[in-house]
Amino acid sequence: MSQPVLEIPVLEILGLHKKFKEIEVLKGVDLSMATGDVVSIIGSSGSGKTTMLRCVNLLEDFQQGSIRIDGEEIGYTAAPERRRRKESEIARQRSMTGMVFQQFNLFPHMTALGNVTLGLLKVKKLPKAEATAIAEKWLERVGMAERRNHFPGQLSGGQQQRVAIARAIAMNPKVMLFDEVTSALDPELVNEVLNVIKSLAADGMTMLLVTHEMKFAYEVSRRVVFMNQGRIEEQGAPEQVFRNPQSTRLAEFLKNAKF
Amino acid sequence: MDFTRFFSDLYTARFALLEGIGMTLIISGIAIVLGTLLGIGVALSLVYGGRVQRFIVRTFLEYVRGTPVFVLILACYYLLSTVIQLTPFQAGLIALTVFCSSHVGENLRGALLALPKGQTEAAKAIGLTFPQTFAYVLAPQALRQALPAWINTAAELVKASTLLAVIGVVELMLTTRQIIALKPRPLEFYFLAGLVYFLICFSIERLGRAVERRIALPS
Repeated sequence: MSQPVLEIPVLEILGLHKKFKEIEVLKGVDLSMATGDVVSIIGSSGSGKTTMLRCVNLLEDFQQGSIRIDGEEIGYTAAPERRRRKESEIARQRSMTGMVFQQFNLFPHMTALGNVTLGLLKVKKLPKAEATAIAEKWLERVGMAERRNHFPGQLSGGQQQRVAIARAIAMNPKVMLFDEVTSALDPELVNEVLNVIKSLAADGMTMLLVTHEMKFAYEVSRRVVFMNQGRIEEQGAPEQVFRNPQSTRLAEFLKNAKF
Repeated sequence: MDFTRFFSDLYTARFALLEGIGMTLIISGIAIVLGTLLGIGVALSLVYGGRVQRFIVRTFLEYVRGTPVFVLILACYYLLSTVIQLTPFQAGLIALTVFCSSHVGENLRGALLALPKGQTEAAKAIGLTFPQTFAYVLAPQALRQALPAWINTAAELVKASTLLAVIGVVELMLTTRQIIALKPRPLEFYFLAGLVYFLICFSIERLGRAVERRIALPS
């Protein structure tokens, strides 16, 4: 499927460089996503995939390159000189993306509903009734409506992760970011989370996923990106990347990956 | 032991005793409130402050924690009064507040640092600013965590207030001594004072546990 050329990419990463002290973990990454795109990033640990995702959410700073969401330069001003934006500005830009973490990171002192409404109330400043309605809609969507008054401690890992997805997506982000969201789950709980993500993808949500679930990446993605040592080594349609890898490193990686 | 005589002495001294108890409760109560607020400031400085701020607060903390409360009280009364005129009540209040803030600060610092990093990240990710993150995400969890130690601090503070007698704050301890000077029944009156302190601390303890249970997270 080719995208119309004129459309502004919803996410555009250009020449992204990131250093932790002296170690360069991202060595110039370019990635562009159109609305409704589902892109999976695969690669071995240390390849920089999670770091890249965290840069998009501004949880990591980066030293060079730019990230645009809906055409807006995030994190840093480009001209006249590169400067980190004010914290309030960064907070606003962060809410343009929704992040789901490996460890769920639900707020343990709030109910499922409270977790989802917090951002709607405090960031979007919606009235309580409206925030609750939106939150309930999304909890319903991830199959957690019945447990909306449960605290995270009363939920299974899979249920917590579904609430975390609802919390992120309720903010109506331009792009959803998923950071190895099933890695901390017991095997029997993985599918309930993946199914939620699949159904969101089917609805046209723009999603960038870091994952170790190759079968899932194959099924859900429009494009698969293979990262290696801080660079994008290869990318393409899932069939192409998984069945006909061009680079030897990708072939090597796929040989050792489990499906 | 002649209890009838004791009770008649007790009756004579009832107002003085009540005033003493009142003073103990008031000065401890204010010190707990002010000390807690100051302690929150101390914890915030230690966890989120810049290098200079951290250094200053850390030095203050080490000094206070390394000094007996008794010395702290004397220092507040005699040392500070070379700079400003302080009543015993004011000096005592400052000493207890500082004492309380050092405990609360250290305790809360630990609680804040013990929170998983993911909590801050998740709060940031939905677009909360730092003050919002602190108010809605970090503080509610850290305060829960810090509550048991805070209850201890409150009880310690009430007990430490007995030392204020030395600078002439007429709280329960000094009152008791004054009564004994007039009605020489040290055993009975000291026992009574001990009982009152026990009841105050016991109530704090109980109240604290009740609050702890109330705010405990279901799991």
